[in-house]
Amino acid sequence: MSNYIKLTVLGLVILVAMIGINYARDLAYQIHAIIVMLVAGGLFIWVLRHTDEPELNTVNMQGEYMDGVIRAGVIATAMWGVVGFLVGVIIAFQLAFPSLNFDWTQGIGNFGRLRPLHTSAVIFAFGGNALIATSFYVVQRTSAARLWGGNLAWFVFWGYQLFIVLAATGYILGSTQSKEYAEPEWHVDIWLTIVWLAYLAVFLGTLIKRKEPHIYVANWFYLSFIITVAMLHVINNLSIPISIWGSQSVQVFSGVQDAMVQWWYGHNAVGFFLTAGFLGIMYYFVPKQAERPIYSYKLSIIHFWALIFLYIWAGPHHLHYTALPDWASTLGMVFSIVLWMPSWGGMINGLMTLSGAWDKLRTDPVIRMMVISIGFYGMSTFEGPMMSIRAVNSLSHYTDWTIGHVHSGALGWNGMITFGALYYLVPVLWKRERLYSLSLVSWHFWLATIGIVLYAASMWVTGIMEGLMWREVDANGFLVHSFADTVAAKYPMYVMRGLGGLMFLSGAIIMCYNLWMTVRAVPAKQASLVTAVPAE
Amino acid sequence: MSKTPPKQKGDPETTGHVWDGIEEFNNPLPRWWLWTLYACIVWALAYTVAYPAWPMIKGATTGVLGWSTRAEVAEEIAAVNEGNAAINARLDSIELSTITTDPELDTYAISAGRAVFKTWCAQCHGSGAAGAVGYPNLLDDAWLWGGDIDSIYTTIAHGIRNEEDDDARYSEMPAFGEILEPGEITEVVNYVMSLSGDAPEPALVSKGATVFEENCSSCHGEDGSGNRDLGAPDLTDALWLYGGDFDTLMQTVTFSRFGVMPAWLGRLTEAEVRAVTIYVHQLGGGE
Repeated sequence: MSNYIKLTVLGLVILVAMIGINYARDLAYQIHAIIVMLVAGGLFIWVLRHTDEPELNTVNMQGEYMDGVIRAGVIATAMWGVVGFLVGVIIAFQLAFPSLNFDWTQGIGNFGRLRPLHTSAVIFAFGGNALIATSFYVVQRTSAARLWGGNLAWFVFWGYQLFIVLAATGYILGSTQSKEYAEPEWHVDIWLTIVWLAYLAVFLGTLIKRKEPHIYVANWFYLSFIITVAMLHVINNLSIPISIWGSQSVQVFSGVQDAMVQWWYGHNAVGFFLTAGFLGIMYYFVPKQAERPIYSYKLSIIHFWALIFLYIWAGPHHLHYTALPDWASTLGMVFSIVLWMPSWGGMINGLMTLSGAWDKLRTDPVIRMMVISIGFYGMSTFEGPMMSIRAVNSLSHYTDWTIGHVHSGALGWNGMITFGALYYLVPVLWKRERLYSLSLVSWHFWLATIGIVLYAASMWVTGIMEGLMWREVDANGFLVHSFADTVAAKYPMYVMRGLGGLMFLSGAIIMCYNLWMTVRAVPAKQASLVTAVPAE
Repeated sequence: MSKTPPKQKGDPETTGHVWDGIEEFNNPLPRWWLWTLYACIVWALAYTVAYPAWPMIKGATTGVLGWSTRAEVAEEIAAVNEGNAAINARLDSIELSTITTDPELDTYAISAGRAVFKTWCAQCHGSGAAGAVGYPNLLDDAWLWGGDIDSIYTTIAHGIRNEEDDDARYSEMPAFGEILEPGEITEVVNYVMSLSGDAPEPALVSKGATVFEENCSSCHGEDGSGNRDLGAPDLTDALWLYGGDFDTLMQTVTFSRFGVMPAWLGRLTEAEVRAVTIYVHQLGGGE
């Protein structure tokens, strides 16, 4: 019966998509309608071919964790990671060598089109898949329960991939609402909202039917990330479409209110997507890999609540010295500085969890990766509050220092902790005895670490240099440099940054090979424990 | 039951919770962490008293220091303006052609003019003033509208072919594609190229000379040396604003050109326009 409802719905989707293709006001919308029609058409045929097949007896499945969707998520994370890093390397070299903005790629492959493709690919495609996959893994293990909602988890996975494809094709074809990290237009935003609510339902449903008495700290972080991102996404994307057959829309907020809502969103995309969510990863995989208890339960409670209470107010520090009123700017700054210790609570709990296991740093490159990731987390959560101080911001804002700050967090913290989690997950999920090669993990570790150091150092130098050049005045108060002078002066650092990115990308490719060979060539683990058994 | 890793000697108490083998120690909050957090909170409260911070019913608190970003930048600008007021007044009143007789004022004007140039002019003319296609090089001796200091002042103050200033320099070359036959355009382009170099088809040069005399010489002069009153370029000096190759010249003659420069007096102060005039004049080509 349910298959007939599915077929009807899919048929309607195909019909609407076809109407959309016909009436589309712009190319991006038309391509999106074609993609939706093809996906719905494929699903229609698939459902049709399986109609009236006897349903699988799902009762027995309740005793097992749902790992298929996590395996898919691990593959997607690794793949989108390489894609995102590659686009990053390309645009880094486009900045160093503008002639790489080829004439024949104008309008699809120039820096302006590729830049949001890079940021969204690494944050939402790589980071988002890492968060979804690990949260599904962690919530099952720490709740001793199978994912709630049956195939809803698969809907979340594939729905999220569709969102990524729609967003990416939109950027390349110029469909954007020009909000940083929230570029996709209204129709893509609505789809993401549906997928995200399904994600919330799966996660929450699993937590509710958990067999453990308490909710593990990693799940607090994951849940706060899922709920807050839903709120941020909906409010920041409030807009009125010009036509339901076109991708353009008009923002509901305007002027400085729009800017404030955008950076409330933007800052908390960092705070809840890239910090809270990834702390969830850290809180499960670090103690598992180190085989040591979490350092302090009290610290995890206090720093969790302090972090989520404070982060949400810190957005105005992105708008110092703008049309934003001074009072809002002051509040953004003081909340950012009070946020310093709550952020470091996560670092302390991560690093101190290794006390009694520090010797593993010598033998286990995966632990090394996790430790350096926590180190970069501590560094960028110190740098962030420092840069939010108005006087520092007047130098750092609009310079490459900001880019360096973001990347020491994104490559160092988000990238490395994700790599660590992937190295942990692949042997477990594919039931292998071990990783294919620890020495390749070491290669990945050193390439990525040196790459990040090159990246961050060159961006510090160039950022502070251009900040100082912009404000340099002579004895009579006249500016000394033109903007073009500062651009020319940055060239060597741009080349070095590109090389750093190339090293980071090479490391990720080595990881993919290593994970692939782990699945292909390492003998299967005997008698693994896969069933859901409550711990108490 | 999930197995938990073995404990080590000297391990503290755990909370007793276990999730998938993960336990939690019952360690207290690190003291330095807690006291730093308290210190940040105390500092934050004090800072919000000192600076504008808390939104109230009618506007936000202004802070006991009375500080604001707008006031701060206004003060800085006022201080610079006040410091330069006397010398700007001298710059406003001096006869521009006599600027070199006052070395102090000349030096000041050049550094002020450089700053104005790098902020407002570099986008088109380049930060080194070497120009670009369609934007004249200001370092050489070729001037469209005159290279003496007063001519440069007029060009900067009122601009070229803009619609905002009635005194803007103005001239318009016809699009000869609507006037001449295609063959005639090819001939005149060959003639023009022969004035400063080699024509691609020397056989057409003499016919082109006739076309030139009948259509072009009234502005560009009998000998093609241009006319600064009309902004008509010298065609004999091998310097080209849009390019001197055959195809570009065909384009120029067929469709004409209409380069525009904004009027700067009004956007900039009199002293700033004078300063940038003096700066451009001393770059190398000033007459």
